[in-house]
Amino acid sequence: MDATHLPEVTAAGVIIKAVLILAVVSAIAGFGTYIERKILAFMQRRYGPQHVGPYGLLQLIADGIKLFTKEDIIPQHANKIIFAVAPVITAATAFIALAAVPVFPDFTIPFIDVYVPSIASDINIGILFVLGMMAAGLYGPLLAGMAQANKWGIIGSARTAIQFLSYEVVTGLSILAPIMMVGSLSFVDFNDYQADGTWLVVYQPVAFILFLIAGFAETNRTPFDLLEHEAEVISGYVTEYSGMRWGLFFIGEYANMITIGVIASVVFLGGYNDFWIIPGWLMIIGKIAFSFFFMLWVRAAWPHVRPDQLMWLCWKVLMPLAVINVVITGIVIMLAQ
Amino acid sequence: MGLEQFKNRNVGTQNYKTLDLDHTPVTGMGQFKQVVSRTFKPELFVGLWVTFREMINALFRGKMHTTQYPFEKLPISPRYRAIHEMLRLLESGHYRCIGCGLCEKICISNCITMDTRYDENQRKEVSEYTINFGRCIFCGYCAEVCPELAIVHGPRYETASEQRASFSLFEDMLTPIDKLNLQQEYQGFGAVSPNADENIKKTPLAY
Repeated sequence: MDATHLPEVTAAGVIIKAVLILAVVSAIAGFGTYIERKILAFMQRRYGPQHVGPYGLLQLIADGIKLFTKEDIIPQHANKIIFAVAPVITAATAFIALAAVPVFPDFTIPFIDVYVPSIASDINIGILFVLGMMAAGLYGPLLAGMAQANKWGIIGSARTAIQFLSYEVVTGLSILAPIMMVGSLSFVDFNDYQADGTWLVVYQPVAFILFLIAGFAETNRTPFDLLEHEAEVISGYVTEYSGMRWGLFFIGEYANMITIGVIASVVFLGGYNDFWIIPGWLMIIGKIAFSFFFMLWVRAAWPHVRPDQLMWLCWKVLMPLAVINVVITGIVIMLAQ
Repeated sequence: MGLEQFKNRNVGTQNYKTLDLDHTPVTGMGQFKQVVSRTFKPELFVGLWVTFREMINALFRGKMHTTQYPFEKLPISPRYRAIHEMLRLLESGHYRCIGCGLCEKICISNCITMDTRYDENQRKEVSEYTINFGRCIFCGYCAEVCPELAIVHGPRYETASEQRASFSLFEDMLTPIDKLNLQQEYQGFGAVSPNADENIKKTPLAY
């Protein structure tokens, strides 16, 4: 950063950024449902939503009105407090995780000369915080499934536990190797490490692929869409939910997809550094958009796995690979010194 | 498109390809090899490519599969039996019906009611003609028996209305006089659809 930068407006700035993140990400999460339906439709040579507004763009408003005005049913034998709180856990943790994630390069607001670092709080354990928050988000499905007195919900929450135990090891171990190379847990340091234009994915292709696979499991996206797979367990943990509580789960899921996209972009794909003549903010928007598109693409193309296959994959294939990757990275770093 | 390849139904004379299916590995090493080969085969990317190709096809090459039904309609087979139509003579524009009453007689659900009288030229004139579509079973006998090809089954299959009577008067079924040039001649029983050639698909026997 240049020497002329002005001190950040601390308290007010953080609040403004928090509100902005909440507003923008929940808007994008809503818009993501439209994008998903459109992309999946195109890949199956259908049109998708197209009658509400131009190109069906207002479909998400129609869906929002529907979700808000639907009756909010709490089943008779459900544990009412946990049932009511569970969706909030999923949505809240998804947004809290975004607090420690930088999205854009730092910039100065013109005319009033306020220097703005584009991160709500640059804490020095950024990656741990974000991964921990996303992992805590799994309490949402877990509690929701157990609270609703429904056998499909129970199966859904059992699958949540299975999935959580499987992928979380891989997420941590796969991202450990880049952390060893950079020597920091802050996302800003990761971005600055790649400022010379060499993306970390060049040094850590295995870790990148492992992280992507674990990220799909973390966001319940299709190859590992076990928690609410309709064909097997009705809707899993959301069987008894309706209206806006149901909507909160999916706002959380889409926010998590964006978070995974941001982490993959910042940690592995060069972050928000300028690339040739393309400015950094455009680069990272492109990367996040591509990773979002990739998740939809995979959903259109691949079938999903069984729970036992997921455990087999994570524990017997991905975890050994991640450990080997960490060991080799360590040896190379040691020899290079 | 020739029909020879479809007519060859002698099973076993075609050139079949046997798929090279692996046996399920029994030993640990065999399983390990299978996992490794499946991991590094680009099969997953073939799947990704197929869906991406279909998206390009749909968006840019006009291969969108959806028929947007109320706005677009697929051509209907001529042998489809929908709401009846009364046709006109092309030269004079007069209706073809000669008032013979055969359709009324043959109707097995007794839904056709007609009344005729002699006009000033001592020709038969249809004074009243209704079909009760609450009773009609769309069997098609009336169209089959008609000696003048006057009553046929038209392509109008959207029969939702507030009143059954909306379809059933002679004037409603008669070709409008200003649309005489658009009147479709009945193709006859057993006629194929106008897009029949496009709909021909290979049967598994021909592979």
